[in-house]
Amino acid sequence: MYSYSDFDEAFVRERVAQFSQQVERRLDGSLSEDEFRPLRLMNGLYLQLHAYMLRVAIPYGTLNPSQMRQLAYIAETWDKGYGHFTTRQNIQFNWPKLEDVPAILSALADVEMHAIQTSGNCVRNVTSDHFAGAAADEIEDPRPVAELLRQWSTDHPEFQFLPRKFKIAITGSPNDRAVTKAHDIGLRMVRNSAGEPGFEVIVGGGLGRTPMIGHTVRDFLPKADLLPYVEAVLSVYNTLGRRDNKYKARIKITVHETGVEEISRMIEDRFAELRPLFGGNDQKLLAEIEEAFAPPAFKVTSTEAYDAFYKADPVFRAWADTNLTAHRNAQYAIVTVSLKAHGATPGDATAEQMRVLADLAETYGHSELRISHEQNVILPHVHKGDLPAVHAALHKAGLGTANVGLISDIIACPGMDYCALATARSIPVAQEIATRFDALKLEHDIGPLKIKISGCINACGHHHVGHIGILGLDRAGVENYQITLGGDGTETAAIGEKTGPGFAYDEIVPAIERIVGAYLEHREGPEETFLMAYRRLGMAPFKAALYDAEGDRDAA
Amino acid sequence: MKGRFTPKVVTANDLRLGDVVYLTANDRWSRHHHEAELIEDEAHAQLRLIHAAAQKLTVVGAYLADAKAGPNGPEPTHFREEFRTRGPSNYPHGKQAELN
Repeated sequence: MYSYSDFDEAFVRERVAQFSQQVERRLDGSLSEDEFRPLRLMNGLYLQLHAYMLRVAIPYGTLNPSQMRQLAYIAETWDKGYGHFTTRQNIQFNWPKLEDVPAILSALADVEMHAIQTSGNCVRNVTSDHFAGAAADEIEDPRPVAELLRQWSTDHPEFQFLPRKFKIAITGSPNDRAVTKAHDIGLRMVRNSAGEPGFEVIVGGGLGRTPMIGHTVRDFLPKADLLPYVEAVLSVYNTLGRRDNKYKARIKITVHETGVEEISRMIEDRFAELRPLFGGNDQKLLAEIEEAFAPPAFKVTSTEAYDAFYKADPVFRAWADTNLTAHRNAQYAIVTVSLKAHGATPGDATAEQMRVLADLAETYGHSELRISHEQNVILPHVHKGDLPAVHAALHKAGLGTANVGLISDIIACPGMDYCALATARSIPVAQEIATRFDALKLEHDIGPLKIKISGCINACGHHHVGHIGILGLDRAGVENYQITLGGDGTETAAIGEKTGPGFAYDEIVPAIERIVGAYLEHREGPEETFLMAYRRLGMAPFKAALYDAEGDRDAA
Repeated sequence: MKGRFTPKVVTANDLRLGDVVYLTANDRWSRHHHEAELIEDEAHAQLRLIHAAAQKLTVVGAYLADAKAGPNGPEPTHFREEFRTRGPSNYPHGKQAELN
């Protein structure tokens, strides 16, 4: 993977030094909170409900073992022994003290990590397919391009004060695991008629209070044109984007108000101006970055141990069936490690678990780890012969849950247990749904089903694209949960539809149970997934199950 | 009676720790909601808020939160404020661990 250049290293170190002094000046009173706030946000430091929170970027979700160990060290030294992996492939520490943050940033810099641009109206952490570089269906590893974008967008003088935050996602596969259609810019690698790889450029997608599926502004963009083209999109947005109304400031509104055709024309015009200014250095840099992402030296050895364990051990088999994905090398598998043990907080890992993951990556995984936007950890390159050993070690560390893609593999934002913006809790709702369906022993029968929960309208929990989406709101001083159905975050992206009135905190788990009951009753067979059934049946049977059974109970 | 002022407490976060704090009648910052000054007069509430917001070396983000009188002192009326008196619900962290 990519290693910092001297420039990267110097930049990050300098920022740590600057912020250390800013913290000192805040603590001695030379800076007021109004002055300090934008400075701390530029460095990923938020003030939440009960404490400060530091959001650390994990560029395109890629970590090496020493970075993972350093996150464990930080969690133990300056926090409460755990970290929370987020839906944007970041990690959040929920309990740092203000005066400790410079030391934490310095410890991050020691392993080429930082918290820069994890807040503010700038280009945020570029997210990517968490199976990048390993997936069997991939055209090319998208991470070199993601790294190029990271370098280009870091401290880019023109794009530090955009109308609003800006999120880019990139995938190298036709099967979209990076939710590209719900990003400000989504980049999907495709091939043209000559077989050359390039990008479909999708602009103006987003969730939040006005969910929108992005529009394709270019069907095929040659790889070499990527940077000037992305710069053209940002440039048009920076000019047109609304700064008068925070709720209309994202590029999705700009696209909506300007019209896809007109904004495409403006982007192309700007691109025509910018393209000649890129003299080829970006391509030289990209070529260097690509070298750093060369695939590991895959070993060629027997996979017999895997076959034997698969036949003999039902626990291993259940895990293999749900948590493994096809690798481009047939002797290998991609392992998704579930951070969703039933009843646990989605996305949380203890320092000890982080160390186990780092060790496994080092011993069995060519020293690579990924964080998925679905809040799990990936070992992208594991030889099948090593899977029994990996599974045994994961199991021992409480990381062996066989539920990836199932109903208990829930995305949930921190919600009102931590977040100052939240209007209701999400974590306990996720915990209770997972616990309930585990008790029913139903989740493997139910099959693929994505539940996504947000604790406010900003939709960090991606509820709009959950097969079942849950949105927590404050209705007259009481937590209330609105349900949407039929959302989809993949290449067939769709925004979920509201079922009707919301449900009280103690009513939401039974409501989800009724929806699932309706699915099991109406599906044509186990091969028809929840989403397929919803698409065939529409809302009616689910609505009936949700509301008709309620009788005179208060569903508002 | 309509239009009556809802009683308030002044609350903020501690500058260094981020922990939730409440302004007491004798100008202390307490970690306990029930030790807060329950303010029943709107003009007095504004004065107390200005007093709190001026303490830049101690607290961050002072605001007035609705509250009501209880047997042991002021109690929160909204669930958000109730959560702030305790900490998160998924771990015994925050006040619920530190204050008992």
